[in-house]
Amino acid sequence: MHLLYQIFIDPFVQMGSAPDLLAQTLWEGLVAGVLYSLIALGFVLIFKASGVFNFAQGIMVVFAALTLVGLYAHGVPAFLALGLTIAVMLALAITIERFVLRPLVNQAEIILFMATFGLTYILIGAGELIFGGDPKVMISDQLLLPNGAYRIQMLGGFVQMQKIDIAAAIIASLMVVGLGVFFQKTRIGRALRAVADSHRAALSVGISLEYIWVVVWFAAGVVALATGIMWGARSNVSFALEIISLKALPVLILGGFTSIPGAIIGGIIIGIGEKLGEFYWGPLFGSGIEEWFAYVIALIFLLFRPQGLFGERIIERI
Amino acid sequence: MRAPSGPEVAVGEVLLSVENVSLSFGGVKAVSDVSFDIRKGEIRAIIGPNGAGKTSMLNIINGFYHPQQGRITFKGQTRSEMKPHEAAYGGIARTFQNVALFRGMTVLDNIMAGRSLKMSAGFVWQLLRFGPAMREEVEHRLRAEEIIDFLKIQEIRRVPVGRLPYGLQKRVELGRALAMEPDLLLLDEPMAGMNIEEKEDMSRFILDVNDHYGTTIALIEHDMGVVMDLSDRVVVLDHGVKIADSTPGDVRKDQAVIDAYLGVAH
Repeated sequence: MHLLYQIFIDPFVQMGSAPDLLAQTLWEGLVAGVLYSLIALGFVLIFKASGVFNFAQGIMVVFAALTLVGLYAHGVPAFLALGLTIAVMLALAITIERFVLRPLVNQAEIILFMATFGLTYILIGAGELIFGGDPKVMISDQLLLPNGAYRIQMLGGFVQMQKIDIAAAIIASLMVVGLGVFFQKTRIGRALRAVADSHRAALSVGISLEYIWVVVWFAAGVVALATGIMWGARSNVSFALEIISLKALPVLILGGFTSIPGAIIGGIIIGIGEKLGEFYWGPLFGSGIEEWFAYVIALIFLLFRPQGLFGERIIERI
Repeated sequence: MRAPSGPEVAVGEVLLSVENVSLSFGGVKAVSDVSFDIRKGEIRAIIGPNGAGKTSMLNIINGFYHPQQGRITFKGQTRSEMKPHEAAYGGIARTFQNVALFRGMTVLDNIMAGRSLKMSAGFVWQLLRFGPAMREEVEHRLRAEEIIDFLKIQEIRRVPVGRLPYGLQKRVELGRALAMEPDLLLLDEPMAGMNIEEKEDMSRFILDVNDHYGTTIALIEHDMGVVMDLSDRVVVLDHGVKIADSTPGDVRKDQAVIDAYLGVAH
C-alpha cells in the first residue's frame, strides 16, 4: 500500500507543492530532449532516403566534434575550423557512398546495417588515431556560444536556465525548420522524398541514387556536427558521447523511423520523461533511473502504437 | 550529370535500335539474341506470353538491366551500358507494370518529380525559394498543370497518390512520364488490371500523346484487342526469343505466334 502511494500519489504531491522545481525539471528535460531529437533526426534522414539504419550516427557526432576541436588545437581559427569540419563531413559522405553504399546496393537491409557497424569502428579507430582518446573541451567561447545562466523568478522560486541550453534549443529548432523547408519545398527535397518512396520510380525519372545518398549522409553529418557542438559544450568531447546514440533508439521507436516531426516530439517526450522519472521516481529505485527509463517509455508506446507516433501506418492489403 | 540529349531524329527514322541483345540471370536466359527497332513517331507494341522477356527488354532499354551481349543505339548513339538516370536525361521515360509512384507524395508532386531533370537552379536558390529557383518552379508548375489538364486529373492534384484507386494511379504514372517530355515513352502494361471503361480512357490518352506531342511509344500489353487498335508495328517475344516482327494484322495470322499463345509443344 505504501509502495503504491509512493509511486502513484507522492510524486504528484511533490510536483504540486514545489512548482518551481517542476518547471526546472521540465526545462532540463526539454533541453535534453532537443538534443535527443537532433540525433534522432540524423537517423531519420538516412533511414528515409536509403532504408539504412545508421548505427554510426552516434560516432559521427563524436567524429565531427573531434575534428572541429582538433583543427582548432592545430591553430586553425574557430570559424574556419567550423567550415573545414563541414567540408570533412561532405568528404565523409562521398566516401561512404562510394565505398560502402554503392558496392552494397540491393543487398538486404541487415547487411547495410552491419556495414554501418563496421563504419562505426573505423570512425572510432580513425578518431583515436588522429585526435587521441582523451576528452577535449569544446571551443564554445570561440564559436561565440554564450555561457552563464539566467535565473528567472517564477512560481514562488527560481528557475535556472543555462544560456548554452537556450542556444541549443534555438539552433536545433532552426535546423529542424530548415530541413523541413528543404524537404517540402525544393527540387532536391522532392527528389529525396521520391527516393524514400520508391527507388525504381526515382531512377526512372532521372534521379541519381548516388547523388541523393551523398546529400542525405552529408545532411546527417551536419546535424551530427551541430549535436556534437551542443553536447560537447555541456560536458566535453569524448568517445563516451557515442553512447547517446543509443538514446536515439527509444526516440525513434516513439516517433517512427520515417518521420521528422516524430523525431522531434519523440525526443522531447523522452527527454522530459527521463528527467521527471529521475527526479520524482528515481529515489524509489535508488536513482540511476535515467539510464533505462527511456526504454520503458518506448516499450509502453510500442504496446499501443507499434508504428510510432507519426510513423506511416502499416496497411496490409489482402 | 547530364547525358547529352543527342541529335534530333526525323519522323519515320529509326529512333532506337536493339541489336543481338542477350541477357541472362544466372542460368536463366531472359532475352536471347533479340534485334528490333523503334521508329520516330510510331507506337510499337512488344507482346508475348508470360515470361517471354518483355519487361526485361524494357528494363534493358532504360538502363535497369545491362545486357551481357548486344548493342543499343538511341538517337544515333550506340552504347552497351547506361544508367537509368542517364537514360532519363537522354529522353527515355517509362511506367511500370505494377505502378511505381511516390505514394506519400501528392499527384502534383509526383508530376513535378518527373520534371526534376529539367530543373537546374542552384541549391542555395532552392533553399531561399527566390530568384532563379522561384522562376523555375513557376515555369515548371505551368507545364505540370498542362499535363494534369491533359489527363483530366485536376480534382485530385492535391491527393497523395497512395489513396487513389488503381486506374487513376496508372494515369498519374503516365503523367509523371509525360512530364519528362520524353523522346521515347516505355509503357509496361498500361492497362493491366483495368476495367473496360478505364482501358478505353487509357487507350485514348496513349493515342493523344502520340498524336499531340508526337511522342514515340513502346508498349507491352496483354490485351490483343488493344494492341491491334493502338500499335503501328508489333514485335513478338517467346521464351526470350523474337518470333515475329510485323504489322498487327500480319502478326495475328502468324503461325508461330498462334502456337506460342496457345502453347503448342516445341
